[in-house]
Order: sequence, then C-alpha cells, then structure tokens
Amino acid sequence: MTPALQIRNLKKTYDNGFEALKGIDLSVEQGDFYALLGPNGAGKSTTLGIVSSLVNKTSGEVSIFGYDLSRDLVRAKSCLGVVPQEINFNQFEKVRDILVTQGGYYGIAAAEAGETADFYLKKLGLWDKRDEAARMLSGGMKRRLMIARALIHKPRLLILDEPTAGVDIELRRSMWQFLREINAQGTTIILTTHYLEEAEALCRNIGIIDKGSILANTSKQDLLRQLHTETFILDTDYSGSDDPEMEGFSARCMGEGSLEVDVDKSQSINTLFKALDQRGITVASFRAKANRLEELFLTLVESGLNAPENDHKGVAQS
Amino acid sequence: MTIAQIWIAFTTILVKEVRRFTRIWAQTMLPPAITMALYFVIFGNLIGPRIGEMGGYNYMDFIVPGLIMMSVITNSYANVVSSFFGMKFQRSIEEILVSPVPNSIVLLGYVAGGVARGLAVGFIVTLLSLGFTDLQVHHIGVTATMVLLTAVVFSLGGFINAVYATKFDDISIVPTFVLTPLTYLGGVFYSISLLPEFWQGVSKINPILYMVNAFRYGILGVSDVDIRVSYGMVMIFIVLLFSFSLYLLNRGKGIRS
Repeated sequence: MTPALQIRNLKKTYDNGFEALKGIDLSVEQGDFYALLGPNGAGKSTTLGIVSSLVNKTSGEVSIFGYDLSRDLVRAKSCLGVVPQEINFNQFEKVRDILVTQGGYYGIAAAEAGETADFYLKKLGLWDKRDEAARMLSGGMKRRLMIARALIHKPRLLILDEPTAGVDIELRRSMWQFLREINAQGTTIILTTHYLEEAEALCRNIGIIDKGSILANTSKQDLLRQLHTETFILDTDYSGSDDPEMEGFSARCMGEGSLEVDVDKSQSINTLFKALDQRGITVASFRAKANRLEELFLTLVESGLNAPENDHKGVAQS
Repeated sequence: MTIAQIWIAFTTILVKEVRRFTRIWAQTMLPPAITMALYFVIFGNLIGPRIGEMGGYNYMDFIVPGLIMMSVITNSYANVVSSFFGMKFQRSIEEILVSPVPNSIVLLGYVAGGVARGLAVGFIVTLLSLGFTDLQVHHIGVTATMVLLTAVVFSLGGFINAVYATKFDDISIVPTFVLTPLTYLGGVFYSISLLPEFWQGVSKINPILYMVNAFRYGILGVSDVDIRVSYGMVMIFIVLLFSFSLYLLNRGKGIRS
C-alpha cells in the first residue's frame, strides 16, 4: 500500500547556514497514528513545515499518498490537513467564517463547508462561540478551532504540531479521544508533542529525531522493548540516610523515606517488594520516575549527543 | 483543482477581503471620504473660483477626476499591502499556503480585493463630488477601463510591497514617500501645460500622470497626454508587476522559510 507519507533523503539548510535536516528518511503507513518526537530544535517542525509546504526543502523527496510535493503539489496538498504549533488564524474573523473560508481555499462551496464546519464546531465544543471573533476564544478553544479548520476538507493525512501544548489535562484527554475517533475512521495522523505520555497513549509508531537526524523509527512496542531499566520512586518508612542494600536492586536514598530504585526489565515488581520486605521497609506508595517512553527518549537523545559523528539514521526501521 | 473549485477559491479570497475592509469601514472608507470632501470644499469651492479655468473647465470640474483617481490609487494599494502584510504578521497566510489554491489565484484574489476597495472608495468620492459639481461622463468606456486598470496596477504594487515588508513601518514608506508625491505631481490639481517645458518633460516620467489624465479624458474629454500611451503604459505595468508578483509567490519570498 502506498505510504501516507514518504520522505527520502530530505535535507534542509537555512539561509544562515544552519543545517536543520541532514538527509532524513521516514515512512508513515496509511491509517497509522505516528508520533515524531525530539527535543527543541531537533528538526520536527522543519520536517512538518516542508511536508506542509510552509518551508522550502534544500533537497530530497516528499510524497503524500504517492503524490510528490515537487511534481503533484495540488493533489498532495488536498490530502493534507495541518494543525500548526502557533495560533495562525485571523484573530478578528468570526470562528465559523474561519472554517468556511478555509473550505473555500480547497474549492468547497460555502454551503457544504458550512455543514462540515457546524459538525466540527459542535463536536469540539465551539458551537456557542461560532459567531464570536476568534480572539475571544480561550487558548484551548483556539487549539480546537485549528483542529476543526484542518479537518474542514476531510484530509486523509492530519499533521498536528504539538496540538495540546498549554491545554489543561481534562481538555487534553478529550482531544485525545477525538483524535482516536478520527484515526479509527481512517485518517492517518502524525503528531509532534513534548508530552511523551501523549505519544505513548495515542501512537502506534514513533520516530525520534535529533539534530536533523532520525535516531529511531519503529513501532512503539519495539521501542519500549529497548528500555532495559525503569526507575521507580517509593515513599517508605525507611529512616536511614545511607542507600539501603537490597539483593538484586540498586536503591538510592533521597531523604525523608523516599527511595529511588532501578528495576531491570528482567525483574518483576513482586521481587522488588519481596526485597523491601526482607529489609523491613514498608511502602506507602510508589510511582514511575518518568514514563517509559520519556526514559527511552532521553536515553536515545543522550546517546545521539554522545555519538562521535551523530549521523546515524535510526535504531531500527519498521 | 477543477475550474469550479478554482473559482470558489478565488471568490473566497475576494469575499474575505471585502468582508475585511467593510468590517473596518471607519478605517478604510470613511477617512478618504472625509479627506476628499475637504479637498472639494477647500480647493474646489473656496480657492477654485479664484483660480478660474483649467484645461477649459472650471477648477472644481478639473480636479474631480484627479481626486477620484487619487482615492482609487491610494486605497487599492493600501488594501493589499495592509491585508497581505497583516496575514504574514498573524501567520494566517499559512491557511492559504497549505491549501491547494494555485499562486496565480491567490494573487488574483488579493488584487481583486484591492480593486474592490479602490472602486468602492472611488464610487463614494464620486457620489460626494456630485454635491459640488454637475459631473458629466464624456466617454464611459475610457472612464471605466482606466479606473479599473489603475486599481489593478496599484493593487499589484501593494502586493509586492507587502511581500518585502518585514515590519509595519515598511508598509507605510512607499505610500508616504513615493505614492503620495507622485500622485500630487501627477496632474491631479493642475494641467502640466502650466509648467515650464523642462518640468513638463520631467512630469512625463511619472506614470500616474498618464492614468489621471486618461481618466480625466474619460470624464471631461481633455488630457495632457495621448491616452493610447496611457493604456499602453498601464498594460505594461500590469504585465510586469503581475509576473514579478507571481515569481515572488512561487519562490515563497517573505512567506516561506
């Protein structure tokens, strides 16, 4: 099946000489829910900017559902919906007008675009604000408006650049649910996010990019299998100031009964609790220090930073 | 995109532009109406009778076509430069850039928006002039085509200005230091036949002179220049400015990294 997005040897050097992309390869299958992760300045937004035609590439190939951006731009763009990182609509326009106007840019008549606009305004909780100027919306509402705008022409591929940045937890969860729904209906979704919990909750495949190179491009499960150790924080009744010795585990005393314990993926949590029990330590509560993807992400990015040439293209290819 | 879809995209941009300048009518349509009304009162009614005839017409009749054209020029230019730069500034230009609408249609849409405001303000000024003079149209075809083509030229000029502008100052430099002097020296208030021969020659370098005079010919039937030269010049400007604007859009100058 033709990939929803195919990127080959994509390079981008800005006018100031900064090499943002060093020849990346990426493939996202149709129907996928894909996360592109990376630290600030890694090349995520440049990649998505090129795919969205907002940034000119230096070289390489990009095709959307088989339509090459250089040779078949109109059809490629017709398949694509984009939710950018920054608010980028006219703040003085009315909410519904923004959606209908966007439909017009895709050649959709006002009546038809209006019906789709009304559907998404209701679906995303913006119906009551439809006749208000966009500047009157809250931050979360503005983000939802941009999602509705990106969907007005029913794109086959939806790109979201940090769609839930600055959005409260409740709203973030409802946006996740909405994104899951449209993905289930067949829309391929690519998102970038700094909330790795978000990527872990939503995405099936994950790419990690840093310094313009792809460090990993594989399924979430494969990626998580690479995680050898997970660190837990335990609130205990331990009163010592030295690190407690426990058979098979490395534990660090953080003070006031708080212990940080590394658990290898070959070990079970039960074994840890047995070891704690043998030491006479009672656990009141425990939590993972960071979510699993976050740990892996940091490991990969750090190893990328430490690599001598830092030019490897991926840990694995899916 | 099909022809029908392209038409929808074009009308979408045009409607959006018309909605924009009518929504802020107090900034876009009222000021030129007040300014031109003052010109009519001061130059036409108060000073005009002391000046006497100009080009065979009383002074009020003589300046009306020039003032209408001046409002068309400044407003068609101002609409595109402020709207397109505003879209760049707010980044809402990205709404169009990610869509499949061809660059030529984007350009035509913005130019049509500029023309719409230029003609709307020109129409208001024309209505106001009826309160001061009995306006007769000598040649409706010349009047209509010249005002339309001139609005196209200056809409394109506004577009190029907006593409290069990086801050708000940049969108007022050209209107203030180029457009206004050229318009005032373009025969709006006087016939260049009043000038010494040398300055007549210098005036003939000014393209606005040709547009104002061709429009005046359409209304009064008098002109300082051959209107065939005016049409030729306007058409050359349109072709050159349209081609350059499209080149800038295709390159993504000022709008793509």
